[in-house]
Amino acid sequence: MSITKKASAASKKSFINYGIVIIFYIVFQILVSTGNITSALKGQLIPIACYMIMAVSLNLVVGISGELSLGHAGFMSVGAFTAVIVSAAMGDASNPARLVVSIVIGALLAGLAGFLIGIPVLRLNGDYLAIVTLAFGEIIKNILNCLYVGIDEKGIHIAFNNPDAMGMSATGKTVINGPMGAVGISKISTFTSAVVLLILVLIVIQNLVNSRTGRAIMAIRDNRIAAESMGISPMKYKMLAFTLSASMAGAAGAVYALNYSTLVPKKFDFNTSILVLVFVVLGGIGSMTGSLIAAGVLVVLPELLRKFSDYRMLVYAIVLILVMLVTNNEKLKGRMDIFAKKMRMKVSKGGKK
Amino acid sequence: MKKKLLSLIMAGTMVMAMAGCGSSADAGAATGTETGTAATTDAGTGTAAPAGDGALTGTLKLGVIGPLTGGAAIYGNAVVNGTSIAVDEINAQGTGFSIELQAQDDEHDAEKSVNAYHQLQDWGVQAIAGTVTTTPCIAVSAEANSDRVFMLTPSASATTVTEGKDNVFQLCFADPNQGSASAQYISDNKLATKVAVIYNNADAYSTGIYQTFKAKASELGLEIVSETTFTDDTTDFSVQVGDAQSAGADLVFLPIYYTPASLILQQAAKTGYEPTFFGVDGMDGILTIEGFDTSLAEGVMLLTPFSADATDDLTKNFVSSFNSKFGETPSQFAADGYDCAYAIKAALEFYAAKNGGLDVTGMGADELCEILISVFTDSSFSADGVTGLGMVWDTNGQVNKQPKAVVIKDGVYVGM
Repeated sequence: MSITKKASAASKKSFINYGIVIIFYIVFQILVSTGNITSALKGQLIPIACYMIMAVSLNLVVGISGELSLGHAGFMSVGAFTAVIVSAAMGDASNPARLVVSIVIGALLAGLAGFLIGIPVLRLNGDYLAIVTLAFGEIIKNILNCLYVGIDEKGIHIAFNNPDAMGMSATGKTVINGPMGAVGISKISTFTSAVVLLILVLIVIQNLVNSRTGRAIMAIRDNRIAAESMGISPMKYKMLAFTLSASMAGAAGAVYALNYSTLVPKKFDFNTSILVLVFVVLGGIGSMTGSLIAAGVLVVLPELLRKFSDYRMLVYAIVLILVMLVTNNEKLKGRMDIFAKKMRMKVSKGGKK
Repeated sequence: MKKKLLSLIMAGTMVMAMAGCGSSADAGAATGTETGTAATTDAGTGTAAPAGDGALTGTLKLGVIGPLTGGAAIYGNAVVNGTSIAVDEINAQGTGFSIELQAQDDEHDAEKSVNAYHQLQDWGVQAIAGTVTTTPCIAVSAEANSDRVFMLTPSASATTVTEGKDNVFQLCFADPNQGSASAQYISDNKLATKVAVIYNNADAYSTGIYQTFKAKASELGLEIVSETTFTDDTTDFSVQVGDAQSAGADLVFLPIYYTPASLILQQAAKTGYEPTFFGVDGMDGILTIEGFDTSLAEGVMLLTPFSADATDDLTKNFVSSFNSKFGETPSQFAADGYDCAYAIKAALEFYAAKNGGLDVTGMGADELCEILISVFTDSSFSADGVTGLGMVWDTNGQVNKQPKAVVIKDGVYVGM
């Protein structure tokens, strides 16, 4: 009885998230089609959706699997640069096909990177794991800084540190030019595709969390020894969550990259990882709804604060601190609880009548 | 239950907030279109009026995008300050033509820069003097190209900024020019035989100049004996400096920004290594670092289109008004910004003179874009500024002007 109740509560929660995303999509689709939107906000729709994917996927690691990962932007960059290469290599295909293939391959490669990094990293716990993920994020960034990729009629050429070593023919085109990154990316991402991807990611994560596997992951988070004694392999389940999260970050990176005409490895540094972590922490660790809302609000906020000109990032930081204080205030929480109880009483009374 | 409620409230506020900005956007867009239509009528009367006076009138909405906060803020602020001086001067002339200036911050980030560009669009920008740094500029110029907004970048020097975009022009030298001009200058003046290069291999600007420098140096027979790299967060350069020293280089080429350059100078001084240091325009600003012992920069040479101690009236006037307003000597970036505003004005005047007058008030950005493109690619159009006299542009959008080499003597730049 209680289990089914719990399950239905969980699925209700999931549907709230789908609802939020769908409302977000419909509202902005209407605003865009009727032209009632600033170009500032319109230009941010795809990045917002990408950051939402980043936030929920990081939440899978931080909230559900309980490991603090500080290298999430690294996986995003793997997906992003892979997508740039794939879409350039598929130059003749139709845009939707290029986009889908780019996202899939970007996600796969990011997942592979997550798997490889996960092997050493997930042997660690707590602070150590955080530091090592941070290091791997930086390693990925620095490798991409030295990476030169070109395409000519013979195929894809790859070189490290020296663009001349690619040995391209005269008609070849450099796709990724070391620290100069990728330029001339064809912008094929659409808001619809980003939202569809976001919903797919939410479906996967929420179904995973509510499944046997998800419970195993959470059991390891809550008490590793107890979980192990039940016959759950911590490595296997942690790896699953970590790899899945990495591949989702890769998919987000792919959509993000194909929305701008230029992309540099520097973009995906430590700060971006922390930014995504801020979305997760402010939204509430483990809460997908919170991650979605926090990502949406915090991406738009710096743009809304432009009237403060030089002080806007200061105001942004103050807002972050205030949100943190308010959401963690015991008194306020208590008031909210009382309010919620009253509401519930009213609702149930109304229902009885 | 509590959580659900909270999430609903949060979702509600988010939607409200977004709807709120949607509606304000709405108002902005509405006024935008209104002025847009007004523009067409204005332009209509402009052409219909018995012209012939060839005067330029109206108010131009000029946008600047650059890093006003963050690590590269000194460049963005310098450009904005320089541009604002030009705008003040132009507005004070009272010729019926004036410029309204708005600067937006991009934190030296492509994503934020595109956001800043969209903000300017909501304001109704007609032409952009920006963006200041290279990577954001590439992103914004692609947007501006599809939206048909004219861009004249004061300082984004990569060739990819202008490549394939007919509406984007550079006021600064392109990277290949800087690298090869530096090699040419070193070779012509026989400054050294053995050259060491220290560059930032995580930076587009630095790597771009290094590559062209290397190609030109091998062509001219300059021997590069040491090539070492670093990344953005490097603070210890003892390996790089030591490598150059042990290789016996008598000139160290630093195609980097001034912050790492100042550290390199300090560490070279500590080890008693005293080669000639040769920089590029990113080195400009090294004397303004707080707490930096300027005597260390003694004898450093750099290639720059602008030197503040030049004796022509244009530069003198600019330096004195910059000094009185901001209390410092303008850097090359400020000069670039200053020239951008004047170059756009000169182009509009050129068009007005040819076509019997022009009223730019409320004119559509796309219409203005075509006018400016036609003028900038016109072979008879040239602009004078503090960074060079008789600047001309080719159809790729690259500028052609003479570089100046300056050397730091007694804590100031001195022309060579």
